[in-house]
Parts: sequence; structure tokens; C-alpha cells
Amino acid sequence: MKKYKVKTTISYPKKGATGKTGNWRVFRPILDKEKCVKCLRCWIFCPEATVIRNKDNSIDIDYDYCKGCGICANVCKIKAITMKRESMDK
Amino acid sequence: MAIKEIPTEECYMPGSAACPGCPATMALRIVFKAIGKKMMMIVPACCTAVIESMHPNTSFNIPTMNIAFEAAAAGASGVEAGLRKQGKDDITVVAWAGDGGTYDIGIQALSGALERNTNFIYICYNNQIYSNTGIQRSGATPYAAWTTTTVGGKTEYRKEMGEIIQAHHIPYAAQACISYPEDLYKKIRKAKQMKGPKYIEIMAPCPPGWRFGMERTVEMGTLSVETGAWALYEFENDEIKFNGISKLLLEEKIKPKPIEDWIKLQGRFRHLFIPKKDVKKLQEIQDHTNQIWERYRKCYL
Repeated sequence: MKKYKVKTTISYPKKGATGKTGNWRVFRPILDKEKCVKCLRCWIFCPEATVIRNKDNSIDIDYDYCKGCGICANVCKIKAITMKRESMDK
Repeated sequence: MAIKEIPTEECYMPGSAACPGCPATMALRIVFKAIGKKMMMIVPACCTAVIESMHPNTSFNIPTMNIAFEAAAAGASGVEAGLRKQGKDDITVVAWAGDGGTYDIGIQALSGALERNTNFIYICYNNQIYSNTGIQRSGATPYAAWTTTTVGGKTEYRKEMGEIIQAHHIPYAAQACISYPEDLYKKIRKAKQMKGPKYIEIMAPCPPGWRFGMERTVEMGTLSVETGAWALYEFENDEIKFNGISKLLLEEKIKPKPIEDWIKLQGRFRHLFIPKKDVKKLQEIQDHTNQIWERYRKCYL
């Protein structure tokens, strides 16, 4: 993409345009990889695109940007994702 | 089609200013996947103008133009004319507006663009309120719903934008819901391949505006279709085809869930249940929904 040296009103795409939104989170989604059947419902319904779909359709969660809405846990039919409260000690 | 067939390409970048559980970003991701990178977006004042995030960064990886509230379709017409003059006919022009910018403020520009036969897709994500400016009533707000400007509940019924659009006799119009991503994806793919004006409306339950928990967005969308508060259909060559659950409801193969199932989960209808259940108003809402479906059956079956 062409970038201008002069200051313009054009915005450029950047991951985390509002900063690391992961610190908005109160509940952290935790995926049980053994339970997961790779139906990808969490991936398609994630509003933040933080559920990452790998080549073999397995799922990873990007905790830097996950806002902790809990939609992935709610749409998971086999309850492979659970929401755990964030604690100070990781 | 299955969810697995939807491409992995992401034009929406994580870390935007959207609320947690936002239905608009959910719909945006599917729209971006369906159309691909060869698109231009025109966004009027709506939640999406905020979701794009602050200058000098943006969370959309496609060319986007922000424009005044009433001018989404007019702006799209201009962009389309410019592209046509340059001979770039492989770029899809998409106007993306909220229900305020479609039902109330933008209807004049939209009607004009449809009448001029502009080759673009107009997508309205309908969250039934002006949620960006702080939950004011719009033309899409249903009867008896609380908003900051209808404190005792709205006293009018919502209008049927789908039928206003049908009166323009455009090549393609559709109603979808964020809870059915395959259906939405299919409708947008179909619209992309057609020439002329296309209109798609997406039901988008808004957690802060409707006053429900942010993890229930998808559930609320599903219930709105299952109770008959929202219909999924396609309008093509002056013919209406209902899809999915709405088709079964139209043909009376399944019974709709009572509308109370949908509204009791929303805080904006709380005054109908607390302190005392307002049976009369609930019945009124149910009767109105039944009446709409009776009309659908009479006209489209």
C-alpha cells in the first residue's frame, strides 16, 4: 500500500488500532483441545477475530486482543471452551 | 454449505474499538470473507465509524470512506461512477450503514441510488436503535421497547424496510441474521455476482442497546428468527423465497416460539415484566407478529 510522507487524513491498517484490547477482559476463555471437534463455530462467531483457525482446522485463542465476551463458550455445543475469571497471578 | 468452506482470509484486524460481543464486527467479518479484498466500503456515521478506530490507525484492511450520516448510498454512487470511468469493474462497492442511516436518515439517498440502478451492494445491519449515539429510538425499534428517548416503551410499531426496498424492484434484496453465518455468506456471494443495486439487511442484536449479557448475541439472533420477530428471505426477480427456519414457519411446518421467549431476555422490555407482568401488552406484541406472518402467507406462499 502506498504511504504518504506528508501528514494526511488517511488511516492505515494496523493490528490493535485501539491498543491491546485483551486488558478489557474479566473472564478468560480456556479451550480444552481434547474435547474440541473442530466444528469452527467459535471461529466464525468470534466478533473480534481472536479465535485463530489453523490449517488443520484446530483453534487457538489470541489473548492479546480477546475482549472476553464469552460468545465462543456460549456457542460451543460440546462445552470445550470454559470461561475462567482472570486472576493477578498467571 | 458448512462453516469449514468459508475462507480463512481476515480483512478485519483484532484490537478495534467495538464493544465486547458486538454483532456488527461479526457480520463485517463474514462480509469481508464473502467479498474478499477487492472491495471498497462507504461507511456513514454509525457504530462502524467507531469500530474503524482512531486516526492514524484503522482496523479494516480494505479501502474505506467515511461520509455524512444521510449520504451512504449517494457516496457509493459516486465511488461506483469513478471506478466505472476508470474501467475498474472488478471492484465491489459496498455501502455499510446502520438502521438509523437506512430507515430514517439515509432512506432518501438509498431510494435514489436504487432508482438510478447503481451497481453496488447496500448492507444495513439492523440493531433496532441508534446505538452509537447512545441508544435512541429509530424507525426499526419494535413496539414497547425502551430506549433513552422512549422511556416508557415505544408506542409505535417498526416499519418494514424490506417491503419498501421491494417496491423499487431491484435485482436482489435479502434479509439475514448474524446467527446464521452460512446463510449470510451465501446471500452476499450471490449479491456479489449480480449487476445492479443489491440490498441486504442483517439482524444484529446489540448487547448494550438491548440490555442483555454480551455472551448472548448469537442466542438472541437465533431466537428473533425462531419467534418470528425477524424473517430470513431473498427477493429475486420480483419473487420472494423464504430461507431456513423462516421457510418452515411460513409453511407452518413448525410452530413459532412465543415472542415472550425472546423479549423476556432483553432488559429493554423489562418494564413489561417488573413489577407486574403486563399481559395485555405482551398479547398485543404477539398478535402483531402473528398478523405480519398472516400477511406473509397471504402474499408470498
